[in-house]
Amino acid sequence: MKKNIGLLFFVLPSMLSANEWSGNIAIEQKLFSNDPLLSSQYSQYSSIAIQPEWVHEWDGGNQIFSFVPFARWDQRDDERTHVDIRELSWLKVFAESELRVGVRKVFWGVSESQHLVDIINQTDLVESTDGEEKLGQPMINYALINDWGTVDLFVLPYFRERTFAGNDGRLRTIPRVDASNPEYESSDKETHTDYAARWSHSLGVWDIGLSYFDGTSRDPDFKLGLDANGDDVLLPVYYQMQQTGIDFQATLDAWLWKVEAINRRINNITYNATTAGFEYTFYGVLDSASDIGLVMEYLYDDRNDSATTPFEDDLMMGIRWTNNDENDTSLLFGIIADRDDSSRLYSIEASRRIGQNWNLNLEARVFKKLTDVTSPLYSLREDDFLQLELSYYF
Amino acid sequence: MKSIILILSLLAFTGVIYAETAEEKGLAIAIEADKRDQGWGDQATVMKMTLRNSQGAESTREIRGKALEVKGDGDKSLTIFDTPRDVKGTAFLSFTHTLKADEQWLYLPALKRVKRISSSNKSGPFMGSEFAYEDISSQEVEKYKYKFIRDDKYEGRDVFVLELYPQYKKSGYTKQISYIDKEMYQPLKIEFYDRKKSLLKTLTQHDYKQYLNKYWRANRLEMLNHQTGKSTTLLWKSYKFKNGFNKRDFDKNSLKRAR
Repeated sequence: MKKNIGLLFFVLPSMLSANEWSGNIAIEQKLFSNDPLLSSQYSQYSSIAIQPEWVHEWDGGNQIFSFVPFARWDQRDDERTHVDIRELSWLKVFAESELRVGVRKVFWGVSESQHLVDIINQTDLVESTDGEEKLGQPMINYALINDWGTVDLFVLPYFRERTFAGNDGRLRTIPRVDASNPEYESSDKETHTDYAARWSHSLGVWDIGLSYFDGTSRDPDFKLGLDANGDDVLLPVYYQMQQTGIDFQATLDAWLWKVEAINRRINNITYNATTAGFEYTFYGVLDSASDIGLVMEYLYDDRNDSATTPFEDDLMMGIRWTNNDENDTSLLFGIIADRDDSSRLYSIEASRRIGQNWNLNLEARVFKKLTDVTSPLYSLREDDFLQLELSYYF
Repeated sequence: MKSIILILSLLAFTGVIYAETAEEKGLAIAIEADKRDQGWGDQATVMKMTLRNSQGAESTREIRGKALEVKGDGDKSLTIFDTPRDVKGTAFLSFTHTLKADEQWLYLPALKRVKRISSSNKSGPFMGSEFAYEDISSQEVEKYKYKFIRDDKYEGRDVFVLELYPQYKKSGYTKQISYIDKEMYQPLKIEFYDRKKSLLKTLTQHDYKQYLNKYWRANRLEMLNHQTGKSTTLLWKSYKFKNGFNKRDFDKNSLKRAR
């Protein structure tokens, strides 16, 4: 018996020759400069996250299996302590098409400040308030690859609810969102099957995408309710929606011109929203290897102040510094300014590699003059924070 | 009618006293070098890049590359990064063109995002190294004007010494001096002069091997920056030809599954 196990260990690696583990572990420290609004909240939060990745490739690279679990433990916020399957998928490549089955993440769009067109995955909001972190989405995705562009067809058989900070967490609404009791417009609830399609193509300087989605909205509305203790809570309500989206970019020398626009029909209303702007990069500034990029985007939502987004008539301006050194040092400073009032959202993101396997990441956000009590950001008015993250990649 | 006579007489005249200028000879050498390197089809490579700062501290990158020869235009290439680990899976797709701007996309695996990027950063460092994007981009005859300088010897081998003047936009160089081996028609050394016309970098190409009985490839490149004291070594672990790649291996879909 012992012999057989020995043989198994000997055979296994050679059978799965193209399989490998990688991933990262990250410790995070979040510091809030202002006193919390609620007695249940703290000024400092420690956290640790792990995201291993296992990939197996065979059939000459025409079939790939990927498994990417994720787990975070948060010192104080029970809702931020969570696990997810970011990816568990099988890919088969054909001559003129590709089939992907399983849990995956898909990104659509071109803009930097917000991602209107990007609709397939639910936001993992407890991970990051900027909406960049996503939950894995179960899907069947068939891509038809033609000379006139790629057509991606999606069947999405299961819906993922958005994550929200818990009672002890910061960067949350007041009252808190009770994610355990969502409401759905569809009687199928989270098992409603959603469909999506996208055509995308590159033609010279143009990159263009046209997409359609029919299914459960990833962005919930909220209604007031009570939790088991009789405390006020916000209950997420997930409506059905249809969304048509367009995204395009023109790349003209150092200029990137970008537009994303959507038309969404939800809960008996139809609205349009857009992000449009540019990024211009000065390469090799002052005879150094550094690049400085200027980003400007206008964010518009025609529901105006009744919009469920805080960005209904806002201007985003950013400066990106890329040092192009051996440690990939970079810094992005951004402001989102509301054009109707004087509210401002400042952000800094900086990162650099340390040695071959470590990475240090700094993120800071400052909310200024959030005086509009109807704004979705109002409850974040005391939540200016500085976050340091040290990651080890293996 | 008058003009035809003029042309005819000019032709006759040039025919009589025809002598190759230094520019014509330089161009002829470049065309011959290009001709000898045609027909390789596709190649897959595994590389290790070692970056050294002026104090000698090192960091490394492991890179895999695929390239597809495109007749009459620049080549298509896909570059995949294996290390440093934090950029593992990052992939770079490039459709190079002779004089028109290259098309470039970057795949960021953490965000699953394919970003179309500007190709204006020709003089910018590739992966923080001393190689600029324009140094590693596909070399096409039309990208330069040439001038033959002299016949010479370099490390015991007969070489043509040529000056190359970049004709594409945004180059960081005013001039390159290339020492081309007369047997292989491949450069053994290139000196790069910056926009202020001072010597910026020297590239030496080592360990040439012949593949498919025709194509010479250097297996080690050493780039030294004279102004900063930094240097980069690019070492090929393998070259593989006749992989049967086609344009499907070099599209945005392949970029997303590059590993």
